[in-house]
Parts: sequence; structure tokens; C-alpha cells
Amino acid sequence: MCSFALQKLEMKEVFITETNCITPLGFDVKSNTEAILRGDSGIQLHEDLSLMPMPFYASVINTEKLNRAFEKISTDKKYSRLEKMMILALEPIIKNSGIELNSKTAFILSTTKGNVTALKEDSEESFNNAHLDVLAKNVSDFFGFQTQPIVVSNACVSGILAVSVAKRLIQSELYDNAFVIAGDEVSEFVLSGFNAFQAMSDLPCKPYSKNRTGVSLGEATAAVLVSAAATNAKVKVIGDSSINDANHISGPSRTGEGLYRSIQNALKEAQIEVDKIDYISAHGTATPFNDEMEAIALNRLGLQNVPINSLKGFYGHTLGASGLLETVISIESANQNLLFESKGFDEIGVSETINVIDKNEERNIDYFLKTASGFGGCNTAVVFEKVKHELH
Amino acid sequence: MEALKLELKNKIITTLNLEDIAVEDIADTDALFGDGLGLDSIDALELIVILDKDYGIKLVDPKEGKTIFQSIESMAAYISANRTK
Amino acid sequence: MTQKTNIQSYITIQNNEIVLNGTSVFKIEPTDFADFSKQAYRNFDVQYPKFFKMDALSKLAFLGAELLLSPITSGEQENNIALVLANKSSSLDTDVKYQESISDQENYFPSPAVFVYTLPNICLGEISIRHQLKSENSFFIFDAFNTEFMSNYSNILLNSNKADVVLCGWVEFFNDDYKAFLCTISKEESTKYTNETINTLYNQ
Repeated sequence: MCSFALQKLEMKEVFITETNCITPLGFDVKSNTEAILRGDSGIQLHEDLSLMPMPFYASVINTEKLNRAFEKISTDKKYSRLEKMMILALEPIIKNSGIELNSKTAFILSTTKGNVTALKEDSEESFNNAHLDVLAKNVSDFFGFQTQPIVVSNACVSGILAVSVAKRLIQSELYDNAFVIAGDEVSEFVLSGFNAFQAMSDLPCKPYSKNRTGVSLGEATAAVLVSAAATNAKVKVIGDSSINDANHISGPSRTGEGLYRSIQNALKEAQIEVDKIDYISAHGTATPFNDEMEAIALNRLGLQNVPINSLKGFYGHTLGASGLLETVISIESANQNLLFESKGFDEIGVSETINVIDKNEERNIDYFLKTASGFGGCNTAVVFEKVKHELH
Repeated sequence: MEALKLELKNKIITTLNLEDIAVEDIADTDALFGDGLGLDSIDALELIVILDKDYGIKLVDPKEGKTIFQSIESMAAYISANRTK
Repeated sequence: MTQKTNIQSYITIQNNEIVLNGTSVFKIEPTDFADFSKQAYRNFDVQYPKFFKMDALSKLAFLGAELLLSPITSGEQENNIALVLANKSSSLDTDVKYQESISDQENYFPSPAVFVYTLPNICLGEISIRHQLKSENSFFIFDAFNTEFMSNYSNILLNSNKADVVLCGWVEFFNDDYKAFLCTISKEESTKYTNETINTLYNQ
């Protein structure tokens, strides 16, 4: 339609210009991609009765290492473990960007459970810290953001939905820049819940594999700068959509309807055909139903031959952080023209064909798709275009 | 056995919040899932917790639930044969 | 290319009362929310047994959405009604209940039916299932109802054609303290609320 095209022309371009992440594999993007190329995984066997009555596999950040890194930027003792992880992820990119934290700079925080560990302590102060707006204020005040923090809490799509929210706010010219942080911790709360859901794997998770038995949980934070300015841009955010399945609150739609529509809408906005997509960074939690649902949705769209991975085999399922963390790694993948293996994958275990990446491989990546799905029937898809810089 | 069946019906109604259903509405052989009582996957997980919490039975394979939770009758039979409390 | 958007209908639920478009449609003597929500459900003859499995936050959001969306949705026709809700306490009311079920090592029986509601966006899923909304969904947290953000974000969805109607609002529940304010917004002209904004209606 003519009006659609016209409107498209007027839409402001939006870029991701800075990225960072704090994970068990490293405290910056470089160490993370190096670890991925070596095939390292953060998932280890843990025996910790304060977290679970039985041994479990999870990808957990070493607290002493975290504290040592944090001491280098602040001696303040008031921050929670998750707040330290968030501040550490944001600090270098705020500094590098040189962007003024004024009324046109948004701060978006995404998480599912935030400081839920604060509920273990029975005090008013501790309970107050379990509030997500308090978490956001603590992190925001560390840096001195002038705008009110925007918290996105939309289950396991939170991290990637936050990129979408940032893009929309910038396109509508409410802000010029948005610093986005996503994070979640491995806690007794989520471990027991996933276990009660019979959704925990008794081995490190194996997304899309025949013998997959569920998720391994993980913890991480990831941060990006979403900007209207193309300077130093790594990727352009060219289409996005978040459509609910309207089917079940804890299980994905058997037909992948919400994911199908999310991807379809995102591609339509990006104005590109499915054959342009070079790579898909999918959700791949390794539960039987999720992976199956994704395979069905991708086949319905004709995306079954596009190389795809789930990074959960490296990081576990980092909940609200996962969408953003996996975006940060995918951006590296695109910028290095390298497809990263989908760790834990062996024999295909979904009913419809998908092209799971079984080893690291060089490949030109211009356009890629990031997807996520979560409890409540939510799905998000975002299409990215690599920004090529002229060599001087 | 009859007492256990009645106990299970009451438990299911309260724990699974079946507001508009009374004990008399559930026949011993009614299907609990699908067209019967219309329980869903979260209810199935909750029944696994009831087995553990109230009868001391830990299901090793959650897939076993499918046959155990067919009806009040099958549940009662399984519980009386396996209960540890 | 931004077009003016208009509030079509709104609803407030607080203090044992439901007010729809400025008119009280249900009010009972002070009671707890469990009782209030059950009586409201019966009063409007909702017929949706899953309602009783929901946590309080979902019941609150569901009731508000029920009265606003039932007149404008039908089983036969697809619609594109986005959901944009926010609150202060996230799912903390249910989080606290869940935490209690795991805090005693001797009595450690985490409940999956409680755990699933320890996410604030589950109420969006419940509304989507009820009204078959395969649409944009997002849940935000603020320390108080940020009417400016909510209104801006809804307008973005409408003006970028990501939604035809937005159900937008505030659904706060903690420890039996509750307030819901929901409204439907679209580009369709409305003569009803020409001067009102989300802000003035919320604070009425």
C-alpha cells in the first residue's frame, strides 16, 4: 500500500552502537565470543542446598570474581549481586559512548524476577528491594540518569522486547538514545519453580536435540545502547513485533501461532523477504514443547533452511536477560561473519526440519533474526541489518 | 478406599480451584483430563505435588502421571498401593 | 504522520466498586478481594471457570478487560487489540506466597500453579486467551502510574499500525490493596472524552 511505503520513509532509523555482557564465560563481549569459539559452556553441576535440595546444572557467575570486578568501579557496599552485574554491564558502554544522560536519554531495564532473593529475608527494607522499580532506581542512580527508568517485565521475552521498546520510543522521537540493561539471577525461587514444572534437564541442556529433557537455568546481564545516531553503529533495528499466542499461560501454541505472526510482522516492517535472512538466533530452551513449536513456526514461514542456533547450551536459560544477551552475541556473529555452533545439539529432535548450526562456520551475515518466547504466551521477533563501515 | 476417593475429590476441588464443581459431580471413573473435568497441564503438575506432599509418593517419571491421573479410581488405587504416609 | 488518538471507554476497580465510563456498575459492602472478585464475576455472569484458578492480579486485570472488551470482540472476527499494562508491585503478592512454599526445608513443596503466576505479564496472557487477542503485549513496572509513558507508548502502537485499539492501564495488587484503571484507545473519533486524558480519568 502506498501509504505504508510513505510512512516507512518517514520512520527514523534506529541502531545499536554499543554492547556488553556479564556472564560466567566472561565480563566483556570479547571474552564471551572467545569462549564460545573454544566451545566452553558456563553450565556446571552445582551442589548447593541453599539453592536446591538436590544437585543441579546451571550457569552461575562466580560471586568472588564479580565482587572483585565491582570493587574496581565502586566501593559502595549497598548493591545486591544482580545490581552489581547490571552496573558492571552498563558502566563501560555509558563511558565509551560519551552520551549525556539528559532528558533525551532513556534508561530501560528488563528482568523477570529482579532482586527476588530479597524475599528470603523477612524485613521491610529487604522486601522493598524486591520491587523492580527500586532495582531500576538503584541502577539508574548509580549513573545519574535524568529520565524515569522504564522497566519491562514480560517473562522470557523481556530482554529482546526491551530492544523493541527502545526502538519504538526513539522512532517516535521521545528520546535520542536508550541504554538498555537486561538481567536475571539463578535463585532458589526460579530453580524450584522450573523444577516443579518438571522442566529442568538432568544434564546440560540440549536445544533441538532428540534427547533433550528440559532447560538448564543461567544468570547474566547484557547491555546495549540503542541510538538514533549511526556513528559506530553495529546493527540497524529494522523490524519488530511481539504477538501473544492467546492459547495457554504456561505452554506454547502447538502451531507456533504467536511466534509465526511476530516474525511475519517484523519481516514486513523490515521490508525484506524471508530469503534475505542469513541467520536466526532462536530461543531454544530445550524443553520438548518449546523447540518443537519453534520448528513448526519457522517451517510455516519458509525459514527452515536458514542456519539457526540456541545459545542456551553456553549460558543456560538466563530468563529476562536471554533475549538481550543472545542479541549481543548475534551482533558479534554478524560482525565477524561467523556462525556459532548451537552447543549441546547432536541429533535433530523436532518433527520438522530446521538447519541447526552444528559447528562454528564462516558465513556472510547481513540480516539476522532474533526470537524469544515465554510464559504468558508471549513471543518477540526482531530483525537486524548489519551496518557495514567503509574501511579508511 | 471409598474414604480415600472422597478425600481425593475434595482435595482436587480445593487445590485446583474448581469453583463450580461439587464432590457429587465427580464420578469415580470420570476422566479428569480432556472432556471430563477439563483439567490441564498445570493441574497435572499440581497433582504430582499432591502425591508427594500428602501421600509421600515421588513420581520418578512424570509421564507415569498419565495413567495414574486417569480418574479418581485410578488415583486412589495407585495411592493405596504406594503411599508412604 | 501521527494521528490524534482518543479514549473510547474506561473502567476503574477499587474499594469494592467497579466504575465503567464514570458510572458505578457494581458495588458491595467492604470485603476482601477474593470475595469481591467472585461476587463481581457472578454479578456479570461471566461463565469462565478458569477465572478461579487465576491469582489476584490476573483476576483484577481480567475483570476490567472483561467489561471493556466483551462489547467490542467476537469469536468470529479477528481483531488487533494490543495490551499495554503496568503496575508498581509486579507479581509480588503471588511471589510472597510462592516464597512461603519453599522457605521451610521440612515442608518444601513448590506449587507449579502458584509459580506460573509469579510473572506480571501472565495477566496479559489470561486476557489474550479469553478474548482471543493475537496481538502486541507488554507489561511495564513504574513506581507510580506513569500516564505520560503509557499514553505515548499506546500512541506509538496505534500510529505505527501495530494495533487498531490499545487496552492500556494500571493494575496494581498487593496484600489486598488494589486499584485497576484500564481504558481503550484508538484513532477512531470519540465525542465522549474530548478533553479528558488518561491522567484526568485515572485521578477522578
